[in-house]
Amino acid sequence: MELFTEYGTLLIILAGMFGFFMAWGVGANDVANAMGTSVGSKALTIKQAILIAMVFEFAGAYLAGGEVTSTIRKGIVDSAIFAEKPDYLVFGMLSALLAAGTWLMIASIMGWPVSTTHSIVGAIVGFAAVGVSVDAVNWSKVSTIVASWVISPVLAGTISFALFRSVQRLILIHENPFERAKKYVPFYMFAVGWLMAMVTMLKGLKHVFKDIGIRFSFVETAMLAVLFGLLVAALGTYLLSKVKRDEKLEANDRFANVERVFAVLMIFTACSMAFAHGSNDVANAVGPLAAVVNVVSSGGNIAAKSSMPGWILLLGGAGIVVGLATYGFKVMGTIGRKITELTPSRGFAAELGAAATVVFASGTGLPISTTHTLVGAVLGVGMARGIGALNLRMVGAIFLSWVVTLPAGAALSILFFFFFKGVFT
Amino acid sequence: MAFSNPISDLFGKSPIKPLQEHMSLVVKCSSQLEAFFQAAIDSKWEQASDVFDKICEDENCADELKKQFRLNMPKNLFMPVSRSDLLSILAHQDCIANLSKDICGIVLGRQMEIPKSLQTDFLGYIKSTIQASEQALKAINELDELLETGFAGQEVKFVKKLIKELDAKEQKVDKKERKLRHNLFKIENDLPPIHVMFLYNIIDNIGEIADTAESVGNRLELLIAK
Repeated sequence: MELFTEYGTLLIILAGMFGFFMAWGVGANDVANAMGTSVGSKALTIKQAILIAMVFEFAGAYLAGGEVTSTIRKGIVDSAIFAEKPDYLVFGMLSALLAAGTWLMIASIMGWPVSTTHSIVGAIVGFAAVGVSVDAVNWSKVSTIVASWVISPVLAGTISFALFRSVQRLILIHENPFERAKKYVPFYMFAVGWLMAMVTMLKGLKHVFKDIGIRFSFVETAMLAVLFGLLVAALGTYLLSKVKRDEKLEANDRFANVERVFAVLMIFTACSMAFAHGSNDVANAVGPLAAVVNVVSSGGNIAAKSSMPGWILLLGGAGIVVGLATYGFKVMGTIGRKITELTPSRGFAAELGAAATVVFASGTGLPISTTHTLVGAVLGVGMARGIGALNLRMVGAIFLSWVVTLPAGAALSILFFFFFKGVFT
Repeated sequence: MAFSNPISDLFGKSPIKPLQEHMSLVVKCSSQLEAFFQAAIDSKWEQASDVFDKICEDENCADELKKQFRLNMPKNLFMPVSRSDLLSILAHQDCIANLSKDICGIVLGRQMEIPKSLQTDFLGYIKSTIQASEQALKAINELDELLETGFAGQEVKFVKKLIKELDAKEQKVDKKERKLRHNLFKIENDLPPIHVMFLYNIIDNIGEIADTAESVGNRLELLIAK
C-alpha cells in the first residue's frame, strides 16, 4: 500500500511514542497500586519495591505477556474486515493509544480510579464500531472480557478470603503463632513459585521451547513447576531462618514477631504481584503498537503471520521503568503512607489472591484491571474479619469509573480516528 | 492535583486504636477517685479541688475523642465488628468519665465529710471500683490482638477469661456496696438527713461506675461473638 511506503516510518514512530506514553502511565500509576500494599505494610521499602517492580514487571511482560498482547492486537477487532482496509487498523490503533493515554491523564488529574485496561479496550471498541462498522468488533470476545472484569475481583476476593482463613486456622489461632508461622509460611512461598513457573512455561516459554525443539507434556510442566516452587520455598526457608524472635517487640504487640515472618513472605508475593501485573497490563501499551508495526512492516497484509519484534516489548518495559522512576515512586510513597494499618499477614493474602487471578487471566489472554482485582482481594480479606476498616465508597467509585471510562475512551478514540484519517488520506 | 487512589482510599481508619485511647483516658478519670477521696477524708479541700480539675480536664479530652470517633464512623465503613456495637461500647466508656466527674463535683461542692466509721470501707469500695474499671481497660486493650487473629482461637478464650474476671470484680464491688449501705443505715439517724441523702447518692454512683465497666466487658463479648 502506498500509505505505508510513504509514511510507514512516521506511523511506526508515532505508534512507538504513544505506546511509550501509555507504558509510562502504567509505570507511573498502576505499578504503584500493585506494589503499594507491600510498601504500606512495611514489608518493603520504596527502593526495594521499585527494584522488584523493575525486574518482575519486565519478566512478567516478556515471559507471560504474549497472550494478552495478542488479544489487544487482534482479538478485539475482527481481522477479516480490516484485511481490505489495513490503513484503518493502523489509524485506529494509533487513536486508541492516544485516546486511552489522554483519558488516563484526565482521570488522574481529576482523581478518578479508572483502569488502563478499560480505557484501551473502550478505545479499540470505539474506533472499530463507529469508525469502521459495528461488525468490525469481535463482540463475543468483548463480552468475555467485560465479564472477566466482574469475575476477576470476585475470584481474587474468594482466593484471598480462603488464604487468610487458612493463615488464621494454621497459625494465628494457636498458642505459639511464631513457631507455626515459621513452619507453614514456606508452603505459601512454594505456591508463589509454582504459580509463576507454571504460567511462564505454559504460556510464555511455549514458543521458545518450540523453537529449540523441546516439548513438555502438561505433567512434565507441572513437575518442573513443582521443582521451581521447591527452590523458592528453600530460599524462603533460608531467609526465615534469619528471623529470630525478639521478645522486646512483644511488649506492645504480641504478634509483632509473627508479622515479621509474614513480612518475609510478602517479599515473594510482591514479586508475584509485579510479575502478574507485567504479564497483563504491559499489553495495554504494547498490543496496539504491535498491531501497527505488524501491519506497516508487512505492507498492509494483516493475515501475514509474524512474531512480535523484541524491541516492542523492550519499549513497553522501558516505558514502565521510566514511569516508575519519574512519578511512580511518589505515588507509591503516598499509598504506603496511607495504608499503614495493613499488616503483612493480610497484605500477603490480598497480593497472592490478586496475583493468582491476574496471572490466570494473562494465561487465558484476558486483559483485566490489576488494581480492581487487588481491591476485590483486599475486600476478601476484610470479609474474613481481617482488616480494621474498609471504605466501601471506593467500590461504588470503581463501578462508576467503568460506566464512564468505556464511552469516554471510545469517544476520544473515534475523534482521533477521524483526525488521523483526514490527515493521512 | 487532587490525589485519589483506589488502593489507598480503600483503607479506612481502624476504629480500634481510638476506642482504646478513649478507654484509657476514661479509666484515668476513675482512677483519680482514690486520691480525691483520700484528700476529702483528710479535709484537704484544696488538694481535692486540684484532683477534680485534673479529672475534668481528662473528661474533656475523652469527650473530644468521642466526638472524633463518631465523626470517623461513616455508615459505609466495612468493619470486622458491628458499627452499632462499637458506638455502644464508646457510650458506656464515656459514662465512666462522666460519673467520676459528677461524683467529685458533688463531694467538692458540698464539702461532704465521710463519717469516721465508714472511711476505711469507703476507700476499699472505691479501690475495688477502680480495679473493675481497670480490668475493663485491660479487656479493651486486647481488641487489636483480637483483630490480628481475626477474632478467633486462643485470643478469644483469653479475652473471655478477662471478662469473667471483670464480672467477678464487679460482684466484689456489689458486695462492698451492700455492706457500706448497711453500715450507713445503722448510723443515718445521727447524721443530718440531707447529708445522708447525698451519701447514698455518692455510694450509688460509685457502684454505677463498676456496673458500667462490666457493661463495657459485656458489649465486648457481643462484639467478638458476631
